[in-house]
Amino acid sequence: MRKGTKIALAALVVALVIGAISFVGLRRRVRRLQQEPTDEQERQAVIAPPISTPTDVEMTASIYWAAGANKTAPVQVQLPLSADPVQRARQVLQALITAPPTPGQRTLPADTELLGFYILPDGTAIADFSDALATETPSGILSEQEAVDSICQTLASNVPSLRRLKILIHGQEAETLAGHIDLTGFFDLNPASPAPATAAAAPGASSSPSP
Amino acid sequence: MLDPAHGGADDGARGPNGINEKDVVLALARGCRAELTLRGYRVVMTRDSDSDPAFQDRAAIANQSPNAIFVTLHVASTGTPGTVRVYYDRESSPYTFSQAVAPGAVGAPASPAQPAALSTAAAAGLIPWRQAQVSFVAQSHQFADLVQAGLAQKFTSSPLLSIPAAVRDLRSVAAPAIAIEISNISSPSVSTLESMSPAIAAVIAQSIPVFRPIAAANSSPTSGSTPH
Repeated sequence: MRKGTKIALAALVVALVIGAISFVGLRRRVRRLQQEPTDEQERQAVIAPPISTPTDVEMTASIYWAAGANKTAPVQVQLPLSADPVQRARQVLQALITAPPTPGQRTLPADTELLGFYILPDGTAIADFSDALATETPSGILSEQEAVDSICQTLASNVPSLRRLKILIHGQEAETLAGHIDLTGFFDLNPASPAPATAAAAPGASSSPSP
Repeated sequence: MLDPAHGGADDGARGPNGINEKDVVLALARGCRAELTLRGYRVVMTRDSDSDPAFQDRAAIANQSPNAIFVTLHVASTGTPGTVRVYYDRESSPYTFSQAVAPGAVGAPASPAQPAALSTAAAAGLIPWRQAQVSFVAQSHQFADLVQAGLAQKFTSSPLLSIPAAVRDLRSVAAPAIAIEISNISSPSVSTLESMSPAIAAVIAQSIPVFRPIAAANSSPTSGSTPH
């Protein structure tokens, strides 16, 4: 074997060894990054910590996210759900905001916060969202309707005692969501449903504002 | 009645290429007005400049015009480019204020109770501005379906049926009223969106003579009340 060939082979072996070592290191680093929470997950953990109550039971919830053009569809998600309708509503709305399976399925802006949730004695729910819902939802009938539909369908499916929904923005009644969909009225959830059992308590008790 | 939505300080949807919904819908409305006028219709626009009349003021123009049909034009931020959707007002169940707040009303069946002011107004034959469309929802739905079916033939991938939605522009109109929304504001040029106006106008023009006799035969408003 010629001297040049020997040198080339040696260089090749050295390169392969270095490559293998680098690959192993790179793989470990990727695994470590995958296990670390993303910036979005860390942010959500701060602004929207998990809601847990003493009556939580792990159940299948139907969360309505975007599903192609002009529609929303339920996705089955395992969630700890409270027996209290107010807390259960907060849990499913938080999942709707924070846990879309893919970015394309998102219906509400990631910055949206649920500031409060109340239930009146007649089964009317009042959901108070932060300004981000109004300022960051894309303007248009299609996108605003999708946002409202995902909220209403998620609540109607998982909290059957709710009859209708009023949406507030930062504690105030807004004329529209982002210029199109009317928020001055109510949205039907389960209009024929009997009034919720927790409504027996005064609105200030079980229907108290959520933190 | 053609209503170019938004205007003035209200840009509506804003596209990445600097296109604003308020400008596109004004151009669309002007294009539709030209087409409809050619076909013999009298067309009134709620605005013909960069102004922003209040929802009630836009509706008032339609409410003061006998036999008006109200069409509000919009451009979406989202949706498949080149598609068009037609909306009519989505009714919700009547809200019973007194039951909602009355202690001890838990579990009671829904009652027709209303706040005193609303009951007095109803007794006087008046209806609130925001409920003006309620008596016309069935007619609006019929007209919306006709227009949507026509638009689906001209714009591929558009829905075949109209969609109910709580569109604010429609709620104070005491006449058949629909919203037409095209997709989308991310279009690279205004002309692409404006070029849709002749086809939209043609479908509206073709739908009106079909709609009038159907509406007259099938339904009539429950009252001739005027929004107040």
